[in-house]
Amino acid sequence: MLASGSAAAPFSSASVRPVHDEFHGDLLEVSMGPHHPSTHGVFRMMVTLDGETIVRLKPVFGYLHRNHEKLGENTTYLGSMPYTDRLDYLCSMTNNWAYALAVEKLAGLVPPERAEYIRIILAELTRLINHSGLIGFLMQDTGCSGTPLMYAFREREKVLDLFEALSGSRMMCNYQRFGGCRVDLTPAWVDSARRLVDAFPRFLDEFEALLTGNEIFMARTQGVGRLSPELAVNAGLTGPVLRATGVGHDLRKVDAYGLYPRFDFRVPIGAHGDTYDRYMIRVLEMRESVQILQQALRDLPAGPIMDPKAKLRGLRPKAGEAYGRIEGAKGEIGFFLISDGSPNPYRYRIRPPSFINLTVLEDLCLGHTVADAVIILGSIDIVLGEVDR
Amino acid sequence: MLGSGIIKGLAVTAKNLAGSFHDPARYVTQEFPEVQPQLPENSRNFPFLVADDGADPMGTLRCVACQICEKECPPQCIYIEKSKDKKPDAAGKLQLYPAVFAIDTSVCMSCQICVEVCPFDAIKMDQVFAIATTDRFNGLLLNREQLAKSNQYYHSIHPTEATEVDARLAAERKAAEEKARAAAAAKAAAPKPAAPPPPQPPA
Repeated sequence: MLASGSAAAPFSSASVRPVHDEFHGDLLEVSMGPHHPSTHGVFRMMVTLDGETIVRLKPVFGYLHRNHEKLGENTTYLGSMPYTDRLDYLCSMTNNWAYALAVEKLAGLVPPERAEYIRIILAELTRLINHSGLIGFLMQDTGCSGTPLMYAFREREKVLDLFEALSGSRMMCNYQRFGGCRVDLTPAWVDSARRLVDAFPRFLDEFEALLTGNEIFMARTQGVGRLSPELAVNAGLTGPVLRATGVGHDLRKVDAYGLYPRFDFRVPIGAHGDTYDRYMIRVLEMRESVQILQQALRDLPAGPIMDPKAKLRGLRPKAGEAYGRIEGAKGEIGFFLISDGSPNPYRYRIRPPSFINLTVLEDLCLGHTVADAVIILGSIDIVLGEVDR
Repeated sequence: MLGSGIIKGLAVTAKNLAGSFHDPARYVTQEFPEVQPQLPENSRNFPFLVADDGADPMGTLRCVACQICEKECPPQCIYIEKSKDKKPDAAGKLQLYPAVFAIDTSVCMSCQICVEVCPFDAIKMDQVFAIATTDRFNGLLLNREQLAKSNQYYHSIHPTEATEVDARLAAERKAAEEKARAAAAAKAAAPKPAAPPPPQPPA
Protein backbone atom coordinates (compact mmCIF):
# COMPACT_ATOMS: atom_id res chain seq x y z
CA MET A 1 0.00 0.00 0.00
CA LEU A 2 1.16 3.49 -0.76
CA ALA A 3 1.37 6.04 1.99
CA SER A 4 -1.60 8.37 2.11
CA GLY A 5 -0.99 11.72 0.45
CA SER A 6 1.16 10.48 -2.41
CA ALA A 7 -0.28 10.02 -5.87
CA ALA A 8 -1.91 6.65 -5.47
CA ALA A 9 -1.55 4.47 -8.51
CA PRO A 10 -3.83 1.54 -9.21
CA PHE A 11 -0.84 -0.74 -9.70
CA SER A 12 2.86 -0.58 -10.22
CA SER A 13 5.19 -2.95 -12.04
CA ALA A 14 8.56 -2.95 -13.73
CA SER A 15 7.08 -2.04 -17.09
CA VAL A 16 4.33 0.33 -16.03
CA ARG A 17 4.89 3.06 -13.47
CA PRO A 18 3.13 6.30 -12.61
CA VAL A 19 5.06 9.55 -13.11
CA HIS A 20 4.17 13.10 -12.26
CA ASP A 21 4.66 15.92 -14.73
CA GLU A 22 4.29 19.61 -13.92
CA PHE A 23 2.50 20.36 -17.16
CA HIS A 24 0.45 17.23 -17.63
CA GLY A 25 -0.27 16.09 -14.11
CA ASP A 26 -0.37 12.40 -13.41
CA LEU A 27 1.01 10.31 -16.21
CA LEU A 28 1.78 6.67 -16.80
CA GLU A 29 5.06 5.46 -18.19
CA VAL A 30 4.81 2.21 -20.11
CA SER A 31 7.72 0.20 -21.37
CA MET A 32 6.69 -1.47 -24.63
CA GLY A 33 9.19 -4.12 -25.48
CA PRO A 34 11.97 -5.11 -25.84
CA HIS A 35 10.09 -8.36 -26.31
CA HIS A 36 6.77 -7.33 -27.72
CA PRO A 37 5.11 -8.73 -30.81
CA SER A 38 4.44 -5.25 -32.18
CA THR A 39 8.02 -4.00 -32.03
CA HIS A 40 9.33 -6.10 -34.94
CA GLY A 41 12.26 -7.47 -32.99
CA VAL A 42 14.06 -6.54 -29.82
CA PHE A 43 13.13 -2.87 -29.68
CA ARG A 44 11.77 -0.93 -26.76
CA MET A 45 9.56 2.14 -26.68
CA MET A 46 9.37 4.04 -23.40
CA VAL A 47 5.94 5.63 -23.79
CA THR A 48 4.60 8.23 -21.40
CA LEU A 49 0.83 8.32 -21.50
CA ASP A 50 -1.73 10.88 -20.50
CA GLY A 51 -4.82 8.73 -20.40
CA GLU A 52 -4.30 6.85 -23.61
CA THR A 53 -2.56 9.70 -25.45
CA ILE A 54 1.19 9.60 -25.97
CA VAL A 55 2.97 12.68 -24.59
CA ARG A 56 6.52 11.34 -24.75
CA LEU A 57 8.11 8.43 -26.56
CA LYS A 58 11.68 7.36 -26.20
CA PRO A 59 12.96 4.67 -28.55
CA VAL A 60 15.50 2.38 -26.90
CA PHE A 61 17.54 0.15 -29.17
CA GLY A 62 20.86 -1.63 -29.23
CA TYR A 63 19.68 -4.98 -27.92
CA LEU A 64 20.85 -6.61 -31.13
CA HIS A 65 24.16 -4.77 -31.33
CA ARG A 66 26.85 -7.17 -32.48
CA ASN A 67 29.80 -4.99 -33.38
CA HIS A 68 29.24 -5.16 -37.09
CA GLU A 69 31.40 -2.18 -38.01
CA LYS A 70 34.31 -3.21 -35.82
CA LEU A 71 34.10 -6.73 -37.23
CA GLY A 72 34.25 -5.22 -40.70
CA GLU A 73 37.45 -3.42 -39.81
CA ASN A 74 39.02 -6.66 -38.64
CA THR A 75 38.13 -8.92 -41.55
CA THR A 76 39.14 -8.71 -45.17
CA TYR A 77 37.01 -6.89 -47.70
CA LEU A 78 35.61 -10.19 -48.94
CA GLY A 79 35.06 -11.45 -45.41
CA SER A 80 32.61 -8.65 -44.66
CA MET A 81 30.33 -9.59 -47.54
CA PRO A 82 28.48 -12.42 -45.74
CA TYR A 83 28.07 -10.17 -42.71
CA THR A 84 26.23 -7.57 -44.78
CA ASP A 85 23.54 -10.21 -45.42
CA ARG A 86 22.79 -10.09 -41.74
CA LEU A 87 22.20 -6.34 -41.55
CA ASP A 88 18.75 -6.13 -43.03
CA TYR A 89 18.11 -9.83 -43.25
CA LEU A 90 15.11 -9.42 -45.52
CA CYS A 91 17.12 -7.58 -48.19
CA SER A 92 20.48 -9.30 -48.35
CA MET A 93 20.79 -8.75 -52.10
CA THR A 94 20.60 -4.95 -51.84
CA ASN A 95 22.97 -4.89 -48.87
CA ASN A 96 25.45 -6.94 -50.89
CA TRP A 97 25.10 -4.57 -53.81
CA ALA A 98 25.67 -1.43 -51.75
CA TYR A 99 28.79 -2.90 -50.16
CA ALA A 100 30.10 -4.20 -53.48
CA LEU A 101 29.50 -0.75 -54.99
CA ALA A 102 31.57 0.93 -52.27
CA VAL A 103 34.45 -1.50 -52.69
CA GLU A 104 34.27 -1.21 -56.47
CA LYS A 105 34.60 2.56 -56.19
CA LEU A 106 37.57 2.08 -53.89
CA ALA A 107 39.32 -0.52 -56.02
CA GLY A 108 38.37 0.89 -59.41
CA LEU A 109 36.45 -2.15 -60.63
CA VAL A 110 33.69 -1.94 -63.21
CA PRO A 111 31.12 -4.75 -63.34
CA PRO A 112 30.15 -5.87 -66.85
CA GLU A 113 26.75 -5.10 -68.30
CA ARG A 114 25.20 -8.48 -67.61
CA ALA A 115 26.21 -8.29 -63.95
CA GLU A 116 24.56 -4.86 -63.68
CA TYR A 117 21.36 -6.30 -65.12
CA ILE A 118 21.47 -9.22 -62.71
CA ARG A 119 21.94 -6.81 -59.83
CA ILE A 120 18.95 -4.75 -60.88
CA ILE A 121 16.79 -7.88 -61.24
CA LEU A 122 17.76 -9.09 -57.79
CA ALA A 123 17.37 -5.67 -56.17
CA GLU A 124 13.87 -5.24 -57.58
CA LEU A 125 12.88 -8.76 -56.52
CA THR A 126 14.13 -7.85 -53.07
CA ARG A 127 11.99 -4.73 -53.13
CA LEU A 128 8.95 -6.85 -53.98
CA ILE A 129 9.44 -9.25 -51.08
CA ASN A 130 10.33 -6.50 -48.63
CA HIS A 131 7.33 -4.34 -49.43
CA SER A 132 4.80 -7.16 -49.59
CA GLY A 133 6.15 -8.59 -46.34
CA LEU A 134 6.06 -5.19 -44.72
CA ILE A 135 2.42 -4.65 -45.69
CA GLY A 136 1.62 -8.04 -44.23
CA PHE A 137 3.25 -7.11 -40.94
CA LEU A 138 1.55 -3.71 -40.95
CA MET A 139 -1.79 -5.46 -41.24
CA GLN A 140 -0.79 -7.74 -38.40
CA ASP A 141 -0.18 -4.61 -36.33
CA THR A 142 -3.58 -3.17 -37.18
CA GLY A 143 -5.12 -6.36 -35.89
CA CYS A 144 -5.81 -8.06 -39.19
CA SER A 145 -4.21 -11.24 -37.95
CA GLY A 146 -2.60 -13.55 -40.37
CA THR A 147 -4.41 -13.36 -43.68
CA PRO A 148 -2.49 -10.60 -45.54
CA LEU A 149 0.76 -11.71 -43.94
CA MET A 150 0.27 -15.26 -45.13
CA TYR A 151 -0.60 -14.08 -48.63
CA ALA A 152 2.53 -11.92 -48.65
CA PHE A 153 4.69 -14.74 -47.38
CA ARG A 154 3.24 -17.11 -49.96
CA GLU A 155 4.55 -14.81 -52.69
CA ARG A 156 7.79 -14.24 -50.80
CA GLU A 157 8.43 -17.97 -50.77
CA LYS A 158 8.41 -18.02 -54.56
CA VAL A 159 11.01 -15.25 -54.73
CA LEU A 160 13.10 -16.93 -52.04
CA ASP A 161 13.02 -20.14 -54.08
CA LEU A 162 14.52 -18.16 -56.95
CA PHE A 163 17.18 -16.73 -54.65
CA GLU A 164 18.00 -20.19 -53.37
CA ALA A 165 18.26 -21.64 -56.85
CA LEU A 166 20.67 -18.87 -57.80
CA SER A 167 22.76 -18.14 -54.72
CA GLY A 168 22.29 -21.29 -52.65
CA SER A 169 20.64 -19.62 -49.70
CA ARG A 170 17.21 -18.17 -49.21
CA MET A 171 18.02 -15.21 -47.01
CA MET A 172 21.78 -15.05 -46.47
CA CYS A 173 22.54 -14.90 -50.17
CA ASN A 174 26.14 -13.65 -50.12
CA TYR A 175 25.84 -13.32 -53.88
CA GLN A 176 27.46 -10.12 -55.11
CA ARG A 177 31.21 -9.93 -55.52
CA PHE A 178 33.51 -6.98 -56.14
CA GLY A 179 33.39 -6.47 -59.89
CA GLY A 180 30.39 -8.65 -60.65
CA CYS A 181 28.33 -11.56 -59.38
CA ARG A 182 29.19 -15.02 -58.17
CA VAL A 183 26.99 -17.31 -60.25
CA ASP A 184 25.50 -16.74 -63.67
CA LEU A 185 21.77 -16.91 -64.33
CA THR A 186 20.66 -20.02 -66.18
CA PRO A 187 17.99 -19.81 -68.90
CA ALA A 188 15.69 -21.89 -66.69
CA TRP A 189 16.11 -19.38 -63.87
CA VAL A 190 15.29 -16.50 -66.17
CA ASP A 191 12.18 -18.33 -67.38
CA SER A 192 10.88 -18.95 -63.89
CA ALA A 193 11.67 -15.36 -62.90
CA ARG A 194 9.73 -14.15 -65.91
CA ARG A 195 6.76 -16.31 -64.96
CA LEU A 196 6.86 -14.99 -61.40
CA VAL A 197 7.10 -11.37 -62.49
CA ASP A 198 4.25 -11.76 -64.95
CA ALA A 199 2.04 -13.30 -62.27
CA PHE A 200 2.93 -10.74 -59.61
CA PRO A 201 0.51 -7.96 -60.69
CA ARG A 202 -2.35 -10.42 -60.19
CA PHE A 203 -1.25 -10.89 -56.60
CA LEU A 204 -0.98 -7.12 -56.17
CA ASP A 205 -4.51 -6.62 -57.50
CA GLU A 206 -5.77 -9.18 -55.05
CA PHE A 207 -3.80 -7.62 -52.22
CA GLU A 208 -5.23 -4.22 -53.04
CA ALA A 209 -8.78 -5.57 -53.27
CA LEU A 210 -8.23 -6.99 -49.81
CA LEU A 211 -6.77 -3.86 -48.23
CA THR A 212 -6.79 -0.58 -50.12
CA GLY A 213 -10.51 0.08 -49.92
CA ASN A 214 -11.06 -1.57 -46.56
CA GLU A 215 -12.94 0.91 -44.36
CA ILE A 216 -11.49 -0.34 -41.10
CA PHE A 217 -7.96 -0.09 -42.45
CA MET A 218 -8.62 3.44 -43.75
CA ALA A 219 -10.07 4.52 -40.42
CA ARG A 220 -7.04 3.16 -38.60
CA THR A 221 -4.39 4.67 -40.86
CA GLN A 222 -5.61 7.83 -42.58
CA GLY A 223 -4.36 10.92 -40.78
CA VAL A 224 -2.37 8.81 -38.32
CA GLY A 225 1.32 9.51 -37.90
CA ARG A 226 1.41 12.47 -40.24
CA LEU A 227 4.92 13.55 -41.20
CA SER A 228 5.70 16.92 -42.73
CA PRO A 229 8.08 17.05 -45.70
CA GLU A 230 10.22 19.65 -43.85
CA LEU A 231 10.79 17.35 -40.91
CA ALA A 232 11.37 14.37 -43.18
CA VAL A 233 14.09 16.20 -45.11
CA ASN A 234 15.67 17.71 -41.99
CA ALA A 235 15.79 14.37 -40.24
CA GLY A 236 17.54 12.83 -43.23
CA LEU A 237 14.85 10.29 -43.99
CA THR A 238 14.98 8.33 -47.20
CA GLY A 239 13.00 5.72 -49.01
CA PRO A 240 9.23 5.23 -49.03
CA VAL A 241 8.82 7.08 -45.71
CA LEU A 242 10.27 10.23 -47.29
CA ARG A 243 8.44 9.84 -50.58
CA ALA A 244 5.12 9.41 -48.78
CA THR A 245 5.45 13.02 -47.63
CA GLY A 246 5.62 14.23 -51.23
CA VAL A 247 9.37 14.61 -51.67
CA GLY A 248 10.39 12.90 -54.88
CA HIS A 249 13.85 11.73 -53.87
CA ASP A 250 14.84 8.34 -55.23
CA LEU A 251 18.50 7.42 -55.63
CA ARG A 252 17.68 5.37 -58.68
CA LYS A 253 16.81 8.66 -60.36
CA VAL A 254 19.05 11.05 -58.41
CA ASP A 255 22.26 9.03 -58.40
CA ALA A 256 21.47 6.98 -61.51
CA TYR A 257 23.77 4.22 -60.29
CA GLY A 258 24.03 0.93 -62.09
CA LEU A 259 22.08 0.96 -65.32
CA TYR A 260 18.90 2.49 -63.92
CA PRO A 261 18.87 5.38 -66.42
CA ARG A 262 18.13 2.81 -69.13
CA PHE A 263 14.91 1.78 -67.47
CA ASP A 264 11.54 3.38 -67.82
CA PHE A 265 9.86 3.71 -64.44
CA ARG A 266 8.15 6.33 -62.32
CA VAL A 267 8.74 7.31 -58.71
CA PRO A 268 5.44 7.37 -56.80
CA ILE A 269 5.09 10.12 -54.22
CA GLY A 270 2.49 10.62 -51.53
CA ALA A 271 0.46 13.66 -50.57
CA HIS A 272 -0.25 13.47 -46.84
CA GLY A 273 2.67 11.66 -45.26
CA ASP A 274 0.40 9.58 -43.08
CA THR A 275 0.41 5.85 -42.47
CA TYR A 276 -2.02 5.17 -45.30
CA ASP A 277 0.25 7.00 -47.76
CA ARG A 278 3.20 4.98 -46.57
CA TYR A 279 1.21 1.83 -47.31
CA MET A 280 0.06 3.10 -50.71
CA ILE A 281 3.57 4.18 -51.77
CA ARG A 282 4.79 0.65 -51.25
CA VAL A 283 2.05 -0.86 -53.35
CA LEU A 284 2.78 1.59 -56.17
CA GLU A 285 6.51 0.98 -55.88
CA MET A 286 5.94 -2.73 -56.28
CA ARG A 287 4.05 -2.05 -59.48
CA GLU A 288 6.97 0.03 -60.76
CA SER A 289 9.39 -2.70 -59.71
CA VAL A 290 7.42 -5.16 -61.80
CA GLN A 291 7.86 -2.80 -64.77
CA ILE A 292 11.62 -2.63 -64.19
CA LEU A 293 11.83 -6.40 -63.83
CA GLN A 294 9.96 -6.99 -67.06
CA GLN A 295 12.30 -4.66 -68.93
CA ALA A 296 15.41 -6.15 -67.33
CA LEU A 297 14.40 -9.75 -68.03
CA ARG A 298 13.53 -8.81 -71.60
CA ASP A 299 16.80 -6.96 -72.33
CA LEU A 300 19.17 -9.15 -70.30
CA PRO A 301 22.37 -9.18 -72.38
CA ALA A 302 24.75 -12.10 -72.74
CA GLY A 303 28.36 -11.80 -71.66
CA PRO A 304 30.67 -12.19 -68.71
CA ILE A 305 29.52 -11.51 -65.17
CA MET A 306 32.85 -10.55 -63.64
CA ASP A 307 35.29 -7.72 -64.27
CA PRO A 308 38.45 -9.48 -65.59
CA LYS A 309 40.56 -7.28 -63.29
CA ALA A 310 38.76 -8.53 -60.20
CA LYS A 311 40.37 -11.16 -58.04
CA LEU A 312 38.72 -13.00 -55.24
CA ARG A 313 41.48 -13.12 -52.66
CA GLY A 314 43.99 -10.57 -51.46
CA LEU A 315 42.14 -7.40 -52.43
CA ARG A 316 44.23 -4.45 -51.25
CA PRO A 317 42.74 -1.22 -52.59
CA LYS A 318 44.88 1.89 -52.76
CA ALA A 319 44.67 4.24 -49.80
CA GLY A 320 41.57 6.41 -50.13
CA GLU A 321 37.92 6.51 -49.28
CA ALA A 322 34.67 5.73 -51.01
CA TYR A 323 30.97 5.91 -50.30
CA GLY A 324 28.67 3.56 -52.16
CA ARG A 325 24.94 4.01 -51.81
CA ILE A 326 21.90 2.53 -53.46
CA GLU A 327 18.16 2.82 -53.06
CA GLY A 328 17.37 -0.18 -50.94
CA ALA A 329 13.83 -1.25 -50.15
CA LYS A 330 13.86 0.78 -46.94
CA GLY A 331 15.80 3.80 -48.16
CA GLU A 332 19.35 4.81 -48.84
CA ILE A 333 21.67 2.01 -47.77
CA GLY A 334 25.25 3.22 -47.91
CA PHE A 335 28.68 1.92 -47.03
CA PHE A 336 31.55 4.29 -46.29
CA LEU A 337 35.00 2.77 -46.48
CA ILE A 338 38.45 4.17 -45.79
CA SER A 339 41.34 2.13 -47.07
CA ASP A 340 44.92 2.44 -45.86
CA GLY A 341 46.22 -0.05 -48.41
CA SER A 342 45.95 -3.07 -46.13
CA PRO A 343 43.67 -6.08 -46.73
CA ASN A 344 41.19 -4.77 -44.14
CA PRO A 345 39.32 -1.48 -44.35
CA TYR A 346 40.64 1.17 -41.98
CA ARG A 347 37.11 2.39 -41.38
CA TYR A 348 33.91 0.62 -42.27
CA ARG A 349 30.77 2.59 -41.69
CA ILE A 350 27.19 1.79 -42.64
CA ARG A 351 24.38 4.21 -43.22
CA PRO A 352 21.37 2.11 -42.29
CA PRO A 353 18.09 3.46 -43.68
CA SER A 354 15.77 2.05 -41.05
CA PHE A 355 17.88 3.39 -38.18
CA ILE A 356 17.67 6.94 -39.52
CA ASN A 357 14.00 6.59 -40.41
CA LEU A 358 13.36 5.54 -36.83
CA THR A 359 14.59 8.86 -35.43
CA VAL A 360 11.28 10.58 -36.19
CA LEU A 361 9.23 8.01 -34.33
CA GLU A 362 8.43 10.32 -31.42
CA ASP A 363 7.31 13.16 -33.69
CA LEU A 364 4.99 10.80 -35.51
CA CYS A 365 3.48 9.28 -32.39
CA LEU A 366 2.83 12.36 -30.23
CA GLY A 367 -0.88 12.92 -29.67
CA HIS A 368 -1.84 9.46 -30.87
CA THR A 369 -2.78 6.39 -28.86
CA VAL A 370 -0.68 3.35 -28.07
CA ALA A 371 -2.50 1.31 -30.70
CA ASP A 372 -1.57 3.96 -33.26
CA ALA A 373 2.08 3.94 -32.17
CA VAL A 374 2.16 0.25 -33.05
CA ILE A 375 1.02 0.80 -36.63
CA ILE A 376 3.20 3.90 -37.04
CA LEU A 377 6.21 1.84 -36.08
CA GLY A 378 5.05 -0.84 -38.47
CA SER A 379 4.73 1.63 -41.32
CA ILE A 380 8.27 2.98 -40.83
CA ASP A 381 9.59 -0.47 -41.75
CA ILE A 382 12.46 -1.26 -39.44
CA VAL A 383 14.61 -4.33 -39.21
CA LEU A 384 16.48 -4.47 -35.95
CA GLY A 385 19.45 -6.26 -37.44
CA GLU A 386 20.13 -3.09 -39.36
CA VAL A 387 19.13 -0.59 -36.66
CA ASP A 388 21.45 -2.06 -34.05
CA ARG A 389 24.17 -3.51 -36.28
CA MET B 1 -21.30 2.37 -49.68
CA LEU B 2 -19.72 1.92 -46.30
CA GLY B 3 -18.55 -1.63 -45.89
CA SER B 4 -18.19 -2.42 -49.56
CA GLY B 5 -14.40 -2.50 -49.16
CA ILE B 6 -14.70 -5.08 -46.43
CA ILE B 7 -17.02 -7.23 -48.52
CA LYS B 8 -14.61 -7.01 -51.44
CA GLY B 9 -11.82 -8.16 -49.14
CA LEU B 10 -13.90 -11.05 -47.88
CA ALA B 11 -14.45 -12.14 -51.47
CA VAL B 12 -10.67 -12.30 -51.88
CA THR B 13 -10.24 -14.47 -48.81
CA ALA B 14 -13.09 -16.73 -49.96
CA LYS B 15 -11.44 -17.08 -53.36
CA ASN B 16 -8.14 -18.00 -51.71
CA LEU B 17 -9.80 -20.48 -49.39
CA ALA B 18 -11.58 -22.22 -52.24
CA GLY B 19 -8.50 -21.99 -54.45
CA SER B 20 -6.30 -23.63 -51.85
CA PHE B 21 -8.13 -26.92 -52.45
CA HIS B 22 -7.31 -27.22 -56.13
CA ASP B 23 -4.75 -24.57 -57.12
CA PRO B 24 -1.15 -25.41 -56.12
CA ALA B 25 -0.21 -21.72 -56.56
CA ARG B 26 -2.52 -20.88 -53.67
CA TYR B 27 -1.60 -23.79 -51.43
CA VAL B 28 2.15 -23.96 -51.06
CA THR B 29 2.55 -25.71 -47.72
CA GLN B 30 4.51 -28.96 -47.63
CA GLU B 31 3.88 -31.63 -45.02
CA PHE B 32 7.52 -31.49 -44.02
CA PRO B 33 8.69 -34.67 -42.35
CA GLU B 34 6.65 -36.85 -44.71
CA VAL B 35 7.38 -34.80 -47.83
CA GLN B 36 11.05 -33.92 -48.10
CA PRO B 37 11.79 -30.65 -49.89
CA GLN B 38 13.37 -30.78 -53.32
CA LEU B 39 16.41 -28.60 -52.85
CA PRO B 40 17.75 -26.74 -55.88
CA GLU B 41 21.15 -27.78 -57.10
CA ASN B 42 22.88 -24.64 -55.85
CA SER B 43 21.43 -24.94 -52.38
CA ARG B 44 24.10 -24.90 -49.73
CA ASN B 45 24.51 -25.70 -46.10
CA PHE B 46 27.63 -26.61 -44.18
CA PRO B 47 30.89 -27.53 -45.96
CA PHE B 48 32.30 -31.03 -46.40
CA LEU B 49 35.63 -32.37 -47.64
CA VAL B 50 35.75 -34.20 -50.96
CA ALA B 51 37.47 -37.57 -51.01
CA ASP B 52 38.17 -39.12 -54.40
CA ASP B 53 37.61 -42.68 -53.22
CA GLY B 54 34.63 -43.33 -50.98
CA ALA B 55 36.13 -46.61 -49.73
CA ASP B 56 39.23 -44.90 -48.34
CA PRO B 57 38.18 -41.33 -47.58
CA MET B 58 41.08 -40.49 -45.24
CA GLY B 59 43.66 -41.62 -47.79
CA THR B 60 42.17 -39.77 -50.75
CA LEU B 61 41.19 -36.38 -49.38
CA ARG B 62 41.79 -33.68 -51.96
CA CYS B 63 42.77 -31.25 -49.23
CA VAL B 64 46.50 -30.49 -49.07
CA ALA B 65 46.30 -28.48 -45.84
CA CYS B 66 47.26 -25.20 -47.51
CA GLN B 67 45.17 -23.39 -44.87
CA ILE B 68 43.79 -20.79 -47.28
CA CYS B 69 40.21 -21.51 -46.19
CA GLU B 70 41.27 -21.25 -42.56
CA LYS B 71 42.66 -17.77 -43.21
CA GLU B 72 39.75 -16.56 -45.33
CA CYS B 73 36.88 -17.94 -43.24
CA PRO B 74 35.06 -14.83 -41.94
CA PRO B 75 33.91 -16.28 -38.58
CA GLN B 76 37.14 -18.33 -38.22
CA CYS B 77 35.44 -21.67 -37.73
CA ILE B 78 38.01 -23.89 -39.50
CA TYR B 79 40.98 -25.43 -37.72
CA ILE B 80 43.70 -27.25 -39.65
CA GLU B 81 46.92 -28.93 -38.62
CA LYS B 82 49.34 -29.92 -41.36
CA SER B 83 50.72 -33.44 -41.51
CA LYS B 84 54.39 -34.11 -40.88
CA ASP B 85 54.75 -36.53 -43.82
CA LYS B 86 53.57 -36.41 -47.42
CA LYS B 87 51.26 -38.68 -49.35
CA PRO B 88 50.78 -38.96 -53.12
CA ASP B 89 47.59 -37.26 -54.33
CA ALA B 90 45.41 -38.34 -57.25
CA ALA B 91 47.97 -37.04 -59.76
CA GLY B 92 50.73 -38.96 -58.01
CA LYS B 93 52.39 -35.84 -56.66
CA LEU B 94 53.57 -35.87 -53.07
CA GLN B 95 51.45 -33.52 -50.99
CA LEU B 96 50.82 -32.70 -47.38
CA TYR B 97 47.47 -33.71 -45.97
CA PRO B 98 45.45 -32.38 -43.02
CA ALA B 99 46.34 -34.29 -39.86
CA VAL B 100 43.52 -32.36 -38.18
CA PHE B 101 40.69 -30.67 -40.05
CA ALA B 102 37.84 -29.46 -37.87
CA ILE B 103 34.88 -27.20 -38.55
CA ASP B 104 32.85 -25.80 -35.70
CA THR B 105 29.37 -25.79 -37.21
CA SER B 106 28.04 -23.76 -34.30
CA VAL B 107 30.17 -20.90 -35.64
CA CYS B 108 30.00 -21.60 -39.39
CA MET B 109 27.54 -19.39 -41.24
CA SER B 110 27.47 -21.34 -44.52
CA CYS B 111 28.76 -18.41 -46.52
CA GLN B 112 30.66 -20.56 -49.04
CA ILE B 113 33.81 -18.42 -49.03
CA CYS B 114 35.97 -21.45 -48.15
CA VAL B 115 34.63 -23.19 -51.25
CA GLU B 116 35.34 -20.20 -53.46
CA VAL B 117 38.91 -19.68 -52.30
CA CYS B 118 39.97 -23.36 -52.33
CA PRO B 119 42.39 -23.86 -55.25
CA PHE B 120 42.16 -27.66 -55.05
CA ASP B 121 38.36 -28.13 -55.18
CA ALA B 122 38.75 -29.95 -51.90
CA ILE B 123 35.96 -28.36 -49.87
CA LYS B 124 32.39 -28.09 -51.10
CA MET B 125 29.00 -27.20 -49.69
CA ASP B 126 26.72 -29.91 -48.39
CA GLN B 127 22.92 -29.91 -48.42
CA VAL B 128 22.17 -31.67 -45.16
CA PHE B 129 19.96 -29.49 -42.99
CA ALA B 130 18.77 -31.95 -40.34
CA ILE B 131 21.79 -31.43 -38.11
CA ALA B 132 20.27 -31.06 -34.67
CA THR B 133 22.25 -32.70 -31.91
CA THR B 134 21.88 -33.04 -28.17
CA ASP B 135 25.55 -32.28 -27.50
CA ARG B 136 26.12 -28.62 -28.20
CA PHE B 137 29.93 -28.73 -27.98
CA ASN B 138 31.35 -31.96 -29.37
CA GLY B 139 28.26 -32.73 -31.42
CA LEU B 140 28.70 -29.55 -33.46
CA LEU B 141 32.47 -29.75 -33.82
CA LEU B 142 33.02 -31.91 -36.89
CA ASN B 143 36.41 -33.55 -37.45
CA ARG B 144 37.82 -34.70 -40.77
CA GLU B 145 36.34 -38.21 -40.49
CA GLN B 146 32.86 -36.70 -40.22
CA LEU B 147 33.52 -34.06 -42.87
CA ALA B 148 34.91 -36.39 -45.55
CA LYS B 149 32.41 -37.44 -48.19
CA SER B 150 32.98 -39.14 -51.49
CA ASN B 151 33.10 -37.54 -54.90
CA GLN B 152 30.06 -39.66 -55.87
CA TYR B 153 28.12 -37.93 -53.09
CA TYR B 154 29.27 -34.58 -54.45
CA HIS B 155 27.99 -35.63 -57.86
CA SER B 156 24.66 -36.61 -56.37
CA ILE B 157 24.01 -33.20 -54.77
CA HIS B 158 25.64 -30.75 -57.22
CA PRO B 159 25.75 -32.68 -60.53
CA THR B 160 26.51 -29.78 -62.88
CA GLU B 161 29.19 -28.26 -60.70
CA ALA B 162 30.79 -31.63 -59.92
CA THR B 163 31.04 -32.53 -63.59
CA GLU B 164 32.76 -29.23 -64.31
CA VAL B 165 35.16 -29.77 -61.43
CA ASP B 166 35.98 -33.30 -62.58
CA ALA B 167 36.66 -32.09 -66.12
CA ARG B 168 38.90 -29.33 -64.84
CA LEU B 169 40.84 -31.64 -62.53
CA ALA B 170 41.28 -34.20 -65.30
CA ALA B 171 42.58 -31.50 -67.64
CA GLU B 172 45.00 -30.28 -64.99
CA ARG B 173 46.20 -33.81 -64.32
CA LYS B 174 46.70 -34.44 -68.03
CA ALA B 175 48.61 -31.19 -68.45
CA ALA B 176 50.79 -32.05 -65.46
CA GLU B 177 51.51 -35.53 -66.84
CA GLU B 178 52.37 -34.15 -70.26
CA LYS B 179 54.61 -31.56 -68.73
CA ALA B 180 56.37 -34.24 -66.66
CA ARG B 181 56.73 -36.44 -69.72
CA ALA B 182 58.08 -33.55 -71.78
CA ALA B 183 60.51 -32.64 -69.02
CA ALA B 184 61.67 -36.23 -68.75
CA ALA B 185 62.07 -36.46 -72.52
CA ALA B 186 63.98 -33.20 -72.62
CA LYS B 187 66.21 -34.39 -69.82
CA ALA B 188 66.91 -37.67 -71.59
CA ALA B 189 67.50 -36.02 -74.98
CA ALA B 190 69.61 -33.10 -73.83
CA PRO B 191 73.39 -33.68 -73.53
CA LYS B 192 75.14 -32.91 -70.34
CA PRO B 193 74.58 -29.26 -69.58
CA ALA B 194 77.57 -27.12 -70.43
CA ALA B 195 79.52 -25.72 -67.55
CA PRO B 196 78.30 -22.31 -66.57
CA PRO B 197 80.38 -19.47 -67.96
CA PRO B 198 82.94 -18.14 -65.50
CA PRO B 199 81.74 -15.06 -63.69
CA GLN B 200 82.71 -11.85 -65.37
CA PRO B 201 84.76 -9.49 -63.28
CA PRO B 202 82.91 -6.26 -62.73
CA ALA B 203 83.82 -3.57 -65.23
